[in-house]
Formats: sequence, C-alpha cells, structure tokens
Amino acid sequence: MLSVSGLNVFYGDSHVIRDVGFDLAAGESIAIMGRNGMGKTTLLKSLIGLLPARSGKVVLDGRELGAARSYERVAQGMGFVPQGRMIFPYLTVEENVLTGMENVADKTVPGWIYETFPVLHDMRARKGGNLSGGQQQQLAIARALVSNPKVLVLDEPTEGIQPSIIKDIARTLTRLKQERGFALLVSEQVLSFAMEVADRFLIIEKGEFAYAAPRDQLDTAKIHAFLTI
Amino acid sequence: MNFDLMAMQAFTGLSLFTILTLMALGLAIVFGLMGVINMAHGELMAMGAYTTYFTAMFFAKFLPGLFGIYFLVGIVLAFCVTFAFGWALERGLIRFLYKRPLDTMLATWGLSLILQQLFRQFINAKEVEVPTVSWLQGAWAVTEGIALPLSRIFIIALAVVTAATVYLFLYRTRWGLRIRAVTQNRPMAGAAGINTERVDAFTFALGCGLAGIAGSSFTMLASTGPTTGQAYIVDTFIVVVFGGVESLLGTIASAFMIGQMQSWFEYTMSGSMARASILLLVIVVLYFRPNGLFASKVRRA
Repeated sequence: MLSVSGLNVFYGDSHVIRDVGFDLAAGESIAIMGRNGMGKTTLLKSLIGLLPARSGKVVLDGRELGAARSYERVAQGMGFVPQGRMIFPYLTVEENVLTGMENVADKTVPGWIYETFPVLHDMRARKGGNLSGGQQQQLAIARALVSNPKVLVLDEPTEGIQPSIIKDIARTLTRLKQERGFALLVSEQVLSFAMEVADRFLIIEKGEFAYAAPRDQLDTAKIHAFLTI
Repeated sequence: MNFDLMAMQAFTGLSLFTILTLMALGLAIVFGLMGVINMAHGELMAMGAYTTYFTAMFFAKFLPGLFGIYFLVGIVLAFCVTFAFGWALERGLIRFLYKRPLDTMLATWGLSLILQQLFRQFINAKEVEVPTVSWLQGAWAVTEGIALPLSRIFIIALAVVTAATVYLFLYRTRWGLRIRAVTQNRPMAGAAGINTERVDAFTFALGCGLAGIAGSSFTMLASTGPTTGQAYIVDTFIVVVFGGVESLLGTIASAFMIGQMQSWFEYTMSGSMARASILLLVIVVLYFRPNGLFASKVRRA
C-alpha cells in the first residue's frame, strides 16, 4: 500500500538517505531501527514531506506523492507523530486534536479518541504545553489518528517517556491498529517497544537498510549489535 | 487638580489606549503571531486612510444624500483594500522570506519607500483632509466642565468592536484555530493536515486589513499624507513588543498601560520627556522580561 523506492535525501551536499526502498502492506507494521544519526528521522520526515527528497518514488495507495506538501500527504492518508511530539503548546488539548481534523467532515473530537486516551478528556481544556511528556505523546498520537490515516508514521515515540507509559502506548497502538485498520511505520531505538508493535524490522545504518527480518525470525543479538554504541 | 480635569485626563488616556489598540492589533497578528517584521505596516495604515479619503470624495460627488454614512463605508472599504493588498503581498513577496527576518525587514522597508513615493506621485504630495461627517462633529458635554469629543468616542467604540471581533475570530472559529496552529509551528501544522500556505496568506492579509481599519479611523484625528505611516509605525511596534508577542491580550493590556502613561506623563512633564520616560520603561521591562510583559508561560514542546 505504501511503496518507497530509490529514495535519496540530502542535507546540502551530505547524502543522508541512500537509495532506500521498502513496501508496507495494509495493516502491516514495520519498525525502523538504528542508532542516532543513521537517518531514521530524516527518512520519516521526507516521507511526510517535511524534507524534500532529491530522487525516488513514494507511492501511497497507487498515488505517487512526488513533491506533494505535508498537508496533501495527510489528505492522501498519512498520519504523522513527530519526534519530540511537537504538540501546539498554546492550544488546548481539545484544540490540538481538532487541528488534525481538516479532512474530516465532522468537526468534533470523536468519542473513541477520548475512550482510548481518557487522560486527554480530563485535560481537554488545559494548554498542550502544560502536559507531561507521556500525555503529550498520547495527544500527538490522537492528533494524527483523527484524520483516519491509512499509514500512521511515528518517529521515536518512546523517547523521553517513562517505561510504564511506553507499555501502555504499545498496547494502545496495537489495539487501535486492528480496530481502525491502519498500517504502522515506526522508528525506534527501544527494542522491547518495537517487539510489541512491529511485524517486521528494518535496520538502518548510515542511510541504508543493513538488515531486514520479520518478527518471528528476528536475530535479537544482531539487532543489539546494531543498536549498541 | 479638580474633578473635571481628572475626568478629562482619564478620557484622554482611554482614547489614546483605544487608538494604540487599533494600531497594534494588525501588527500583533503579522509580527506577534507570524513573526514577520513588516516595515510597510504603517503605509498600509496610510493606504486605509487614503481609501477613506477617496470614499469621501466619491460620496461627495455622486451620493451627496448619503454622505452621512460614507465613513462607515470607508472603514469597510479600507479593510477590503488593505486585506487584498496584504494577500497579494504575502503571495508575491513575504512567503519567499519566511525564516529570513533581515531580508524581510529590508524588502518591506523598500516596499514602504515605494508606497510612500506612489502616494506622493499619484495621490497628493501634500496632506489631504477627510471631512468629518456631521454626526461625529462636536463633543458630548457630560457636565459643564467635561466635554468629550464625539470622534474620540467613536474610535473607542470602533476599537472595542474590532478587538472583540478579532478575539472571537481567533479563539472561537475554525479559521482562528488554523491560524493559531500554523503560527505556533508551521511545519507541524502542515504535517497535521492544515493547508499552511492558504493560512499564511489569510493571516497576513487579516493583519493588513486591521491596519487599514486603524488608518481609516485616524482620518478623524489627523490629516493623511505620504509619510503618515511613518508616524504610526514606531508606536505600533512598541506596543506589540512591550505586550509580548504571541499574546493578543498582552497587546491590549500593553496599549492600555502605554496610553495611560503617555497621557499622565504629558500632564506632569513635557511631551518629549514623557516619550523618553516611556521608552526607558519599555527598555527596563524588556531587559527583565525579554518575551514581553504578558508572554504566557507553558512548557514549550
């Protein structure tokens, strides 16, 4: 459903993503793992249109995204949860969620969002900037989900979040994925989280995929070797 | 000091407050929310004033029977003209300069010079007067010693209506939500699905339109000339910076404080000493609170 091929991304002259390609099937989930600076964030940012790709193809549901802007990609069915959450600090929690509903006819926060994230309901009138890290992460996920994406892209969702919340988020994502039928593309450094949510693993090393395996054939020793410094 | 003088003094401060509010609202959006330093903002006020002037001439010539309402039409037209100009300006120039504040300043300063010259060349090098409509002439004599000019009362009402409308628009409508999201984090707003380009153009145009309203209403207080904008722009920036960017209520509170200070200082010392004292106070405040007096405090993501 999402098909990436021959993707090259540069920062000036520095070649960061080198000829990357992969396919993500509907309802599937892929974890992209790798150390800091290997290109995880760059790859995901380029997929959502925050960084221009110099060459390569990104096809979502048969539509080539080419030079499409971020908001056009969201309209095509991508949802994005960036690294560091990036919620709008001066908007209330409810307003933050509403910003994700540009392409939805109904302009009220759907009930299932507040059922899934009760803390957001309790805090709906508070400013987003006054939430804790874990609450902000749930808010960022909610904001991406209300556009009913076909692919939910998450960039290091566990960064700076306490372990008990990480487990909650992993369970919630897995359940929502089945209920709402979206595919998941997540970049991660925490193996336990990735093991819970992903069906397939891609290791990124210096901008290229160095190792790929489905969850049941995963060589965890090898992954650890790629992740440890 | 007797009671009448006190009341007049308070009214002068109130009037100055509303004038500053009208001036600063547009810039609070363009500079405060969007972060665009538009040096031509004053010329947009002048553009609004000239629009009102032409409306007056049109009514005097073709619709003399309706001359009484020309001023209201002029305000609406001033908003429309400057809004449209602002939209074109954002699409044609400003959008290429986001994240380049110095270039924005230079380009818009150049634009302000061009506009001034155009006013001089094609409208009138001298100042033009706009006739005050009959129902705004004179003063309302509250008591024997207190007389409040009607034109100032009108400006107070206009400022209240404009500020309330802008506030409701920004905080109660879908467009307002888009504007606030985009101005807080443009890339993320795009990644959340908001058409950032349209919102940028609209926001900038709205700020320009508010400048037009301000310029239009000031035709009652002063004549309009090619350099009128220059006279307004400094005060406008001071109000916005003092109140704290990203804070609309801060801008209004700041206009109130500066307006009151100005009128009271001018009563006790000379005009230029009053200005100097206010500037000094602004500098001291910004030294201790660089984000402005009323910047809201939250954990930034």
